[in-house]
Amino acid sequence: MEFFKSILLSALLAGIVAGAALTGLQALKVYPLIFAAEVFEDAGPAQSEQSQSAQAHSAQAHDHGEEAEPWGPADGGERLLFSLLANVLIGVSLGLILAAIFALRHVVDWRQGVLWGLGGFIAVNLAPALGLPPELPGMPAGELLARQTWWMGTALFTACGLAAIFLSRAVPWRIAGVALIVLPHIIGAPHPASMESGVPATLAADFATASLAVNLVFWAILGILTAIAMARLGQNSTPEPA
Amino acid sequence: MAQAKVADNSAVVQVTSTQVMQASFAALLGLALFIGVAFSHPAAIHNAAHDSRHGIAAPCH
Repeated sequence: MEFFKSILLSALLAGIVAGAALTGLQALKVYPLIFAAEVFEDAGPAQSEQSQSAQAHSAQAHDHGEEAEPWGPADGGERLLFSLLANVLIGVSLGLILAAIFALRHVVDWRQGVLWGLGGFIAVNLAPALGLPPELPGMPAGELLARQTWWMGTALFTACGLAAIFLSRAVPWRIAGVALIVLPHIIGAPHPASMESGVPATLAADFATASLAVNLVFWAILGILTAIAMARLGQNSTPEPA
Repeated sequence: MAQAKVADNSAVVQVTSTQVMQASFAALLGLALFIGVAFSHPAAIHNAAHDSRHGIAAPCH
């Protein structure tokens, strides 16, 4: 179990630090844009469109109606605290995947960690953003479950595609890898019927670049720290292979 | 050069099947946790993780 423990501990250490860093960067560059968009969300035309769409869940969460409003953190410190919690959990979850790969491939160099982090950014953030641009509250969007499915599928296909291209020695695998990466974009992301939005385009553009840039830094930190942690913990717990 | 590098890597990589199983379990645990935080539908979880979901450019609403 030492092997598993080193993966778990590395993911915890790297995930907590990277998640906290992500929260700090988002608080500086991303959350102000979300708060600004929420003002338009509450007033703009996108809201009526959203209520009409079959997203009872979205309407519940964002129409501040009288009846049975579901729990949500209060604005300010509490909201930031829950974002921190969510980001740390995301950091640990992605750290578990990275650490599992690092353990099997004996990745212990921080430079390699950066490269794997870059791969993670491309798979999890950049490729899905090509079909579903980072969205602000109040922006028009297609059906939620369809978008989540496409997003997750694109992330997994891109990750497998990158692995096939860079970890394989055989040309057919590399070609298959390119095909895997391209496939979700040929299928196409689910889009809304109308593009009408109360959120200004400049705000949306600011948000798209800021959120992606912040995620790139997050992945770099996560990759570096996971590799360093695996180097320390792995060497202590498992005998080095000859 | 790429060939040499890959050959180098495969020489280093020596893992047992139990290690592969443990790593796979860890990765699946990570995937489940990610889906829970970033995608699960209950309103309370959505509201708690709202800004974080938007921040990682995941579909939210």
